Amino acid sequence: MESLLQQIVAGLASGGIYASLALALVMIYQSTEHLNFAQGEMAMFSTYICWTLINAGMPYWGAFFLTMAISFLGGLFIQWVILRPVQNAPILSVVIVFIGLLVIFNSMAGWIYSYLIKPFPSPFPGQPLKLGGVVFGAHSLGAIGVTLVVLTLLFLFFRYTTLGLAMRAAAQNSVSSRLVGIRVGQMLALGWGLAALVGSVAGMMVAPIVFLDPNMMVGILLYSFAAALLGGISSPGGAVLGGFVIGVLENLLGTYVPFIGNELKQAVALALIIGVLLVKPSGLFGKIVVHRV
Amino acid sequence: MSALLEVRGLEAQYGRTKVLHGLDFTVEEGGITTLLGANGAGKSTTLRALCGMVQMSGSLRFAGREIQGRATEDIVRLGIAHVVEGRGTFLQLSVEENLRLGAYTRKDKAAAGEDMERVYHYFPVLKERRSQQAGTLSGGEQQMLAISRALMLRPTLMLLDEPSFGLAPLVVREIFRIMRTVNQEQKVSMLLVEQNASLALDLADHAYLLETGNVALSGTAADIKKDDSIRRSYLGY
Repeated sequence: MESLLQQIVAGLASGGIYASLALALVMIYQSTEHLNFAQGEMAMFSTYICWTLINAGMPYWGAFFLTMAISFLGGLFIQWVILRPVQNAPILSVVIVFIGLLVIFNSMAGWIYSYLIKPFPSPFPGQPLKLGGVVFGAHSLGAIGVTLVVLTLLFLFFRYTTLGLAMRAAAQNSVSSRLVGIRVGQMLALGWGLAALVGSVAGMMVAPIVFLDPNMMVGILLYSFAAALLGGISSPGGAVLGGFVIGVLENLLGTYVPFIGNELKQAVALALIIGVLLVKPSGLFGKIVVHRV
Repeated sequence: MSALLEVRGLEAQYGRTKVLHGLDFTVEEGGITTLLGANGAGKSTTLRALCGMVQMSGSLRFAGREIQGRATEDIVRLGIAHVVEGRGTFLQLSVEENLRLGAYTRKDKAAAGEDMERVYHYFPVLKERRSQQAGTLSGGEQQMLAISRALMLRPTLMLLDEPSFGLAPLVVREIFRIMRTVNQEQKVSMLLVEQNASLALDLADHAYLLETGNVALSGTAADIKKDDSIRRSYLGY
């Protein structure tokens, strides 16, 4: 029982990270109808930026927030400079741009920082915490907390502020948005900035666990795709829920189902993706969008 | 009465297909002008050209300013609200969120609140359904929402593209009654595109008849309504 709880908490911790990245994917998908394959590499690169700041002597939380700000600006920049020219291009062109970004970020990280695995600090104390007689890792609990705070703030922003409303509108219907005076291009750029910001939080929370290296996020991105699809690619809430579900599922299956173990955990994510696409492509909470031709 | 909107030599095209071949028309301040014509005459294209939504050339003078070539978002800020064909509702957002978006560019929050109360007064069913997702509303309710969203801008000029389309006659009558009220009480000028000529001529002061991208004839609504030969050959009733 005790170890089950520990596995669930560990699963929730990784689930929070998958949820954050899945949310970033859904935010971009909603406004562009494209999956940003480079989301994971952007998050990884953000984490390297944080590492650089910490190594230069900055205290952890200062580096954390500064990295979030830099990632936000980076996301803005990428949308404005790289994606706007291809926004009306055929799907394959956009996919190639995303893959290009993926390769560029991965290679830049490897070139600047080398492919040697580096340790990444956690802001949460080393000693495990004892709650109700069960021992939990401090970082796991801390990561759950941080991701919940970020996700809640985002939810409040989109639900209750005018800017959040305008961004949602721009993502859903750009023509009508222009007709109420919303500057759609700016809203899309902001969306990218926020997605990059959320991704950076995911990267900085996962790096202490899996160690920092340029390929750190590849597996995680896979789980996040599965989460986003499971929850419904058009549903932010669904993607977040999907992330937590997959985090817990991955951990429980890996621990308790003998033939899966650690080796086949990623295969579970792949199987889930295929399963969802075959059985219910709109996911648990997504809507089926009908395109009239 | 002075001219609020003066259009001279308006040409428009979709890609390489030219649809408007040099239109001239006017909307008087405080008046209602209607553009009539068959399908494909270029009526919707005209409204789109006014909002910078389609490739165009020619002169558009609104309240003394040249507005051709400006971006849609800027034209909105000048006080032109466009109710598009098919309503253009934000289907995934709630009724109230749709209305709030109508007032997006306004700085006077208190007055915008008053306008929301006013549209709820015009269309009580919207108030009932304020938290409901807009996509679940009926066609008539969505049209009321589209017009209300335009009113939330407190526009000087409203462009309406086939507001009667697909709606039951009783609903249409109610909507047109509100449009007359809005025009008279709030002095909102209107440019109305309608297939239903008799409805449009009852509401409007002036009418222009479009035929494949040109103005075929124009006059006061009263004159055109009275003229049997025009009605029979151009308007089909």
